[in-house]
Formats: sequence, C-alpha cells, structure tokens
Amino acid sequence: MGALIDNADLVLQGFGATLWVSLASGVLAFVWGVTLAAFRVSPVGPLRTFASGYVNVVRNTPLTLLFVFLVAAAPSLLGLKVPLGMPMAILALTLYTATFVCEAIRSGINSVGVGQAEAARSVGLTFIQTLTQVVLPQAFRSVLPPMINVYIAHIKNSSVAAAFAVTDLVAVANRLSYGNPADVVGIFAGVGLCYLVITVPLSVTAERLESRVAVAR
Amino acid sequence: MSDTQQVLYDVPGPKAIRRDKTLNVVFTLVVLGLIAWLVQAAWSRGVLDDRWQVLLAGDKGFSGWDVWRRLLWDGLVLGTLKAVVIAVPIVAVCALVLTVARQAPMRLVRWTAYGFTHVFRGIPVLLLMYFGVIALDLSLLPSVVLGLVVYNTAVVAEILRAGIAALPKGQKEAGLSIGLSPLATMLRIQLPQAVRIMLPALISQIVVLLKDTSLGFIIGYVELLAVTKNLYNFFGSASTAPLILASAAIYISVNMLVARLATWLEGRMRRSSHVARPADGGDVAAPETAARAAYGAGGGAGAAGA
Repeated sequence: MGALIDNADLVLQGFGATLWVSLASGVLAFVWGVTLAAFRVSPVGPLRTFASGYVNVVRNTPLTLLFVFLVAAAPSLLGLKVPLGMPMAILALTLYTATFVCEAIRSGINSVGVGQAEAARSVGLTFIQTLTQVVLPQAFRSVLPPMINVYIAHIKNSSVAAAFAVTDLVAVANRLSYGNPADVVGIFAGVGLCYLVITVPLSVTAERLESRVAVAR
Repeated sequence: MSDTQQVLYDVPGPKAIRRDKTLNVVFTLVVLGLIAWLVQAAWSRGVLDDRWQVLLAGDKGFSGWDVWRRLLWDGLVLGTLKAVVIAVPIVAVCALVLTVARQAPMRLVRWTAYGFTHVFRGIPVLLLMYFGVIALDLSLLPSVVLGLVVYNTAVVAEILRAGIAALPKGQKEAGLSIGLSPLATMLRIQLPQAVRIMLPALISQIVVLLKDTSLGFIIGYVELLAVTKNLYNFFGSASTAPLILASAAIYISVNMLVARLATWLEGRMRRSSHVARPADGGDVAAPETAARAAYGAGGGAGAAGA
C-alpha cells in the first residue's frame, strides 16, 4: 500500500480519468441507447432494421476489437481519424455501451403486460395518459436494475482504455507495479478498492431494487 | 411490443397510413444514403481495390488459405476458444459452490460468499489479468483464465441465485418435508430447476466470456485479435482494414451462433415440464429480466466485457 500513498497524486489522476471517461461516455451512451431503443420500437421499418443491425453487430464485437478498429482500420477505411486517448475511449465506449442500454430499455418496455395497456385504454385514458401513467412507470421500474448492471459493466469496461493511451486506474496500477515490485499486491488491492468504491454501491442498490420491483404482468 | 403498440394507438386511419408510408420512404433513403456515403468514403481511399486479395489469394508467398488457417485455427481455436473451454468448467464448479455457500446456514460462510460476489463483480477483468501476470507471476494463459473465472463465477452465482428465487416456495418446502437435508434440497430440487430456467442467461454469459478473452490481447496472450495484428503487421498497412473486418466477422458469427442457441433453448424451456410453475399458472417471471441483466453486465469489454 505504501507505494500507493507515495504516489497519491498519480492514483487520484487515474481515478479522475476512469471517472471522467465513464461519465462522459455513459451519458452519451444513454442518449444514443435511448435513440436506438426508440428506433427499434418505431413504426418506421428502415429505422428498425438499422437499429437492430447496429445492436447485433456491435454487441457481439469485443470492445477491444472496437478500439483496434478505431486505431488501425478506421483511418484507412473511412478517413476517420479519432485522436488516441480520451476522445477515442469515449467514442468506443459510447458506441459499445449504447447497445446494452438499448436492449435494457427495450426488454423493460416488453416486460409490461399487454393487459396493463388494455386496461388503461378501456377505462378511457388517452394514448399519452396510457404511456405516461401506466406503461412507462412500470417499464422504468423493471429497467432500473438491469440498467445499473449495464453501467457497472460500463465502468469496468472503461479499463480497456488503459491499453489505448489513457492513464486510468488500471494503467496507474500497471505503471506503479513495475516501479515497486515489492508492493505489487498492495497496489492492485488499492486500485481494486478504487473501482469497488464506485461499483459496489451500485450493485447493492441494483439488488435491493430487484427485490422491490414487482411489476404487474 | 407490437401487441402493446396496437393497444396504445388507435388503428391507423388513411392519413396515418399515408404518413407512415412517407416516413418509410424517407428513412429508407436516409439509410441508403448513409451506406452510399460509407462506400464512397472507402472508395475514394482506394480501399475497394485489390487489397482484399489478402483474404482470398494471400500475399508474400502465403495463400489465402494460410491466412484463414492462422485466423481460425491459431487465433480462434488455439487462442480464444482454448481459454473459453478451460474457463467454463472451472466457472461452473466455482459458481455452484458459491451459490450453495450463499444459502448456507452459517452466517460467516453466507457473508463471505455475499462479499465475494459483490467484490468480484465490481473489479475489471483486465485488472485481474494484470494481477495474474504481474503479482502472481503466472504465464499468460493462466492469467487470462484467472481473470475470466473470478469475474464470471460471481456473475453466474448471481444468475443461479435469481433462478432459485424465481422458483415457487413450495419446492423447497416439499424437499424439506420429505426428509431431505437443506443441502440435499438445494442440490437435488432447487438447483437443477434453477439451472434449467436460467439456461438462456447462462449461455448468454458464455458470449460475454468469449468476448472477454480479447482482453488477453492487452496483456499479450495470443488469441484471435493478436493473430490479426501479427498478420497485418506482416502483410503491411494496406491489409489492415480487411484483416480487422475479417476477425470482427469471425467474432460476430461465433457470438451470434451462441446467442441463437440461447434463443432456441429459451423456446424449448417454455414448453418444458421439468420446472415447477407458480400455483396461479403464470410463467416463472424472473428469468427474462435476470437474463437481460446478466447479459448487460457481461457486456464488458466483453465483460470488461471487452
């Protein structure tokens, strides 16, 4: 642990980088993911096709491959030169996590029983009322735990950026452990702890919510 | 969802039908335009020229067959799938133990298992792999397997726990009342059913694990991605894009195949009579949400989901 405390500024910088990459790409992935989910349930055929094609391709591609593609293939293929480091990490994580956000939202909407909407319509609620008063509140509750899990994975996935020129927590662990071979276990434990500070509250919350979410089906 | 939509909207009248048709045409054009732009961007950089030959006829004394053999055999089978095949059985055993431990009567055992699950779900797989290489001084394959096993054990145990929770309470009570010990009830009554209803989620987790092997690339383990990189370094920069797209195609087809298997099993499961249903005749409800959640969690880079 000593090496970590001696290099507290470096660790803090890595923590900041992990947090910043996760947050920036997390917000963007949410926006893009919601858009994709809207495409997937929209009445417009081409949008549905586009969104399901995109989701199936990107979700089945390893994140590391996405990075390698942006580094090595995109410039020659599309003339797309994304600066290495933060911008590339944010772009890759956004493209990747959005597919999981999309699927979480879509399965949430699907989990609300048709009977709920039918009941709402039959007591005379309008389309807007049905959606905002009956369907979406229930969808939201059943989406929340899977969504939190998506974001836990997202935060951990941000560590792939360490291999592509972002000095995040994993990169810091790596660098420090080469300089302090005697203290390796402490360094890794400390860095692991930094991740846990972010992820454990989330996963405990998800578990709590899961047991409280009882959607009428 | 299409059902829900039918309920949410009134049946479209002539105006709405016209509007939908217009939108369809407009967005078809937009999507086609996007594709045309991509092709044009690639064309103008000379990407559609003979560089694709590397995948067909090969280059520098290597045939196309050699290139594909490297990708599929050396990369996919001897790298990626080898790690998967070693990791999956270990994960299965460890997850089983962890699941039983989480229901144990001793509080200490229960809490340790609870702690393990939450801690190792929250630590990046890449960090665990680096830990294996740097701190434990393992060679590359064991480090990759270590990272995969520790993380996926925690996740699979969670999936099984959700499966057990989804069973009707009477199953456990019936087991205990015919004189089985709590452990035997767990192993012979609850777990087999939990595994059955969670099978789709468990298979989806294999996709996650498979994608996570690509994190091994970062620590230097030779799998599909590393073979791809070696190949394009050897054949020169023109071959980069074709080779990367080829390996992406391999990953995507393998993963889709596994995912298709999960969907197929899900359909069979629905009709299976080996799982107790709740008394009201409803479906066992939790699996779908839990399955999605698990797949999402795996998302990591695979999991780092990488």
